[in-house]
Amino acid sequence: MSTKLTTFLRGLPVSGRIGLALVVFWLVVALVGPWLAPYSVGAFVDQDVFSGISSQFWLGSDYLGRDVLSRVLWGSRYTVFLALGAAMIAVCIGTSFALLAAIRGGWTDEVISRAMDTFISIPSKIFALVLVAAFGSSLSLLLVIAAATYVPGNFRIARALAMNLVALDFVQVARARGEGSVHIALREVLPNMIHPLLADTGLRFVFVVLLLSGLSFLGLGVQPPHADLGSLVRENISGITEGALAIIVPALAIATLTVGANLLIDALKPGGKA
Amino acid sequence: MNAPAVEVSGLVIDVARPDGTRKAIVEDVSFAIPKGEVLALIGESGSGKTTIALSMMGYSRFGARISAECIRVGDMRIDGMAESELPTIRGRRISYIAQSAAAAFNPSRPIMAQVIEPLLVHRLADRRTAEAKAVEIFRSLALPSPETIGQRYPHQVSGGQLQRLMAAMALITDPELVILDEPTTALDVTTQVEVLRTFKSAIAASGATAIYVSHDLAVVAQVADRIVVLKNGRTSEEGTAEQILEAPSSDYTKSLLAAAHPAVRPSADASEDNVLTVSAIRAGYGRIVDGQPAIPVLSNVGFTLKRGATIGVIGESGSGKSTLARVIAGLLPAAGGEVQLDGDVLPADMADRSREQLRRIQMVFQNADTALNPAHTVGEILSRPLAFYHGLKGSAAAARVAELLDIIQLPRGLETRRSTELSGGQKQRVNLARALAAEPDVLLCDEVTSALDTVVGAAILDLIDELRRKLGIATVFISHDISTVKAFCDKMLVLYSGTAVELSRQSEFAGAIRHPYTRLLVDSVPDMDRGWLTHRAAVERAAMPGASLRNAAGEALCRFLPRCPAAIAGTCDAVPAPLRESEGQAILCHHTLADLSSAGSAEI
Repeated sequence: MSTKLTTFLRGLPVSGRIGLALVVFWLVVALVGPWLAPYSVGAFVDQDVFSGISSQFWLGSDYLGRDVLSRVLWGSRYTVFLALGAAMIAVCIGTSFALLAAIRGGWTDEVISRAMDTFISIPSKIFALVLVAAFGSSLSLLLVIAAATYVPGNFRIARALAMNLVALDFVQVARARGEGSVHIALREVLPNMIHPLLADTGLRFVFVVLLLSGLSFLGLGVQPPHADLGSLVRENISGITEGALAIIVPALAIATLTVGANLLIDALKPGGKA
Repeated sequence: MNAPAVEVSGLVIDVARPDGTRKAIVEDVSFAIPKGEVLALIGESGSGKTTIALSMMGYSRFGARISAECIRVGDMRIDGMAESELPTIRGRRISYIAQSAAAAFNPSRPIMAQVIEPLLVHRLADRRTAEAKAVEIFRSLALPSPETIGQRYPHQVSGGQLQRLMAAMALITDPELVILDEPTTALDVTTQVEVLRTFKSAIAASGATAIYVSHDLAVVAQVADRIVVLKNGRTSEEGTAEQILEAPSSDYTKSLLAAAHPAVRPSADASEDNVLTVSAIRAGYGRIVDGQPAIPVLSNVGFTLKRGATIGVIGESGSGKSTLARVIAGLLPAAGGEVQLDGDVLPADMADRSREQLRRIQMVFQNADTALNPAHTVGEILSRPLAFYHGLKGSAAAARVAELLDIIQLPRGLETRRSTELSGGQKQRVNLARALAAEPDVLLCDEVTSALDTVVGAAILDLIDELRRKLGIATVFISHDISTVKAFCDKMLVLYSGTAVELSRQSEFAGAIRHPYTRLLVDSVPDMDRGWLTHRAAVERAAMPGASLRNAAGEALCRFLPRCPAAIAGTCDAVPAPLRESEGQAILCHHTLADLSSAGSAEI
C-alpha cells in the first residue's frame, strides 16, 4: 500500500503535488478545524471591527468583531463538505443517467435527455427558494439543491463522451459477447471517460461554491451565525476598500481550494497512469 | 547525359526523444531520378517512406529535423532554402497527392475552387484561365462530365473520382516533381486499376518527375521506373524496377515479394458435418416492413461451412460483406432467412441467443485499434471471455491467458501492457486471442489483415490457418483481397451489391469458370508483371446500383448488369438470372457454365 502511494506520488508532476498538498490541507482543516477554533463561531469578541493581525486574533476580526480564524475554520467545513459532496453527487447521478441513455439509446435516451433539458430551464435560485420555503433551510436540503442544479450539465457532458465511446468497436465486441448493460457501462465505457469526468467534477465544485455563497446572500444558504467560505466573503464585502483580512482570508481559502483541486485533477493522466 | 531532375544524397531525418537525445528515423538515404521518370519508395509502415517523400518539399512533421548533403529538385536546392522560401515552391513546382482524398478535400467547398487554388495562391493565372485549365486536366484524367464535375462537392463524387480530382489539383501548376503518397491504397481493386491507369498517363503527359510511395509491390511494378526499398529508415535495395522485381538481391525485398504471392494452402481435411449453415439471408438497415428492411443490403445469401473449413467472402466495399458477418453474429438481426449452428436454428437477434450459442460464434473485428479497450490491459482483455463463458478465475484464468499468449505467439509478460503500448500486429493478435479465449466453433474474421503491412498480415494469416487445422475452428474470412482469399480459403463466396453471384470450392475457383464479376475482380489484381497495366483492356465502370433493377413484371434482375461486359441484350435486361450449378460451384448468370470458362470468354 505504501509503495503504491509512493509510486503514485512519484508519478505526479510538480503541479499535481502542489494540488494534492492543498486538497489534503483543506480536507484536514475541514475535519479538525472546529476543534482548533480559538473562539466560538458566533461570539462577538473584538471591540473593534476589521482589525488586523494581533496575538489575540491571529487573522483579525470581521465586520461585527468576530474572530476571522474561527469563522474560516468553521466555514471551510461547510464549503468542503457541501461543495465537494454536492459536486460528487451531481456527477454520479448525471453520469449514471448519461451511461444509461448512451447504452440503451432510442426511447430511453430521448426521455432522459428531454427530462434533463426541462430541468436545465428552471433557474437554480428560484428552485432553491421554493424548496427552502417548503422545507426550511437545512444542510441536507442545501446539498440536494446544489447537487440537483448541476446534474443536467454533467449529464450533457457525460452523455456526449459516452456516445462517442459506445460507437467504438470494443463496445460492439462486448455486446457480441453477450455482456449486460451494467458491465458495458462500468467496465468498457466508464474507464475511458474518467479523466474528463474528474475535470468536470472540479469545475462543478467551483460552481457549487459560488452557488452556495449566492444562496447565503439571499438568506437561503448556511444559516447565521454559521457561514461557509463564500458567505464569509459576501458578509465582509464592505471591508474590501480597507483591505481587511476578513475578506482576503476566506477568498484566499476558496482560491487555494479550487485551484488545488483542479491542479490535482489535471495531473491525473488519462488511462490511469497517474 | 543530362543531370537527373531530382537528386538526394545523405538524407538524415531525426526526431527528438523525451530525454533530449535525437533518434534518426531516416538514415543516409540517397537516390536520383532522371527527368520524366517515376521513382517508387516502398516499405512497411514506419519505414520512413512518407517522411522521405515529404522532405522533398522541405517539410517535416512536428519535431523532426531534416539534414542532407543535397536535396535538389531541378535547379532548386531544397536543403539550402529558408523556411520563408519553401511555401513559394510547395504546390507550384513540387506537389503532393495524399493517400486519402476524402480527408484532403474540404467538404464544404465545391471541387473546382479547391482544384484551382494552387494556381490562384501562387498568382499563376486568373480564375477564368485556371478553370479552363482544370477542365482540360479533368478530361485527360478521364473524369465523367469534365465541364460540370467541378461544381460538385467532394461527397457527390466517388472515391476513385475524388482521388483523380486530387491528382488534377496537384498537376494543375505543371510541377516538376509530383509526390504520390499511397494514392490507391484506400480504393477497391477494380477502382484502383482505373486510377492507376489515369495517373500513369497523366504523369507521362505532363512530363513531370514523380515519387510514388507505396507498400504494394504489384502496384509499384505498374508505374515505377526505379524502386528504392526501405527498411527502418535505411535503403535496403535500390535499382531499376525490372532488377528489383526479377532479381532482388536483399533478403528483405525477397520476403516482400514472397508475401505478395501467398502460397496456396491445401484445403483442410474438413469433417463431413456442417457446423454453420446460412440460408436465404435477407438483411439491411432501417425499419423492417413485410420482411423487407428500409435499406436492403443482403438478399438471398446462403452457404454451408464444415468444421475446420474456411469460407472466403469477397466483394467491393458496399457489397454487404461486413453486414453478412454481423447477421451471423446476431449483431444485426436478419429480416429473413436463418442461421443454423450444428443443425439448430439460432435466434436472429443476439439478445435472444443463449450464452453458449454466443460463445460458439466469435467475431474478430477489422480494426484492432478500436476493438481493444484502451483502458484495459492485455490480461484483462483476455480473461474477460474466460470468466464470462467458462467461469475461469484467479490462477486458472492466469494460466489460460499465458497459454493463449503462447498460441498467438506473443511473449508472456505482455499481459500487463495496455493496447496502446502494442504494435499493430500485436494488437491484431490480441484481438484474435480474445475470440479464441471463448473456444468458438466458428470464427468470423472481418478484414483482419487489411490494416496491416503485407509481411505482418501474412503472419496473421498463417496463424489463423494453423489454428483452424489444430483446433478445428471453422472460419468465415471476409476480405476485399482476392489473392489472399484464393490462397487461404476452401470455399469462396462472391458478393455483388448484396447478392451472392458465385459460390465455389477452392479447386473450382482456381479453374477457368467464373462469373463475369469474379473475373473482373481477379483481373483487377495487379500482377508483378510490369506490362500488366498496359495489356489490360480498359473496362468502363458504372456505379453500383443502389436499388435492385427490376423488369416489367417486377422481378429482380441481375444487379451486375450495368457493369457486365458480357450482358446479353434482350435476356439479361428482361429475365432474372438463373443459378447455374455444378459439382462444387454455383454461379448466378444467364451464361452457361461452359460459356463462362476462360476459353469461352474470348467471345464474351
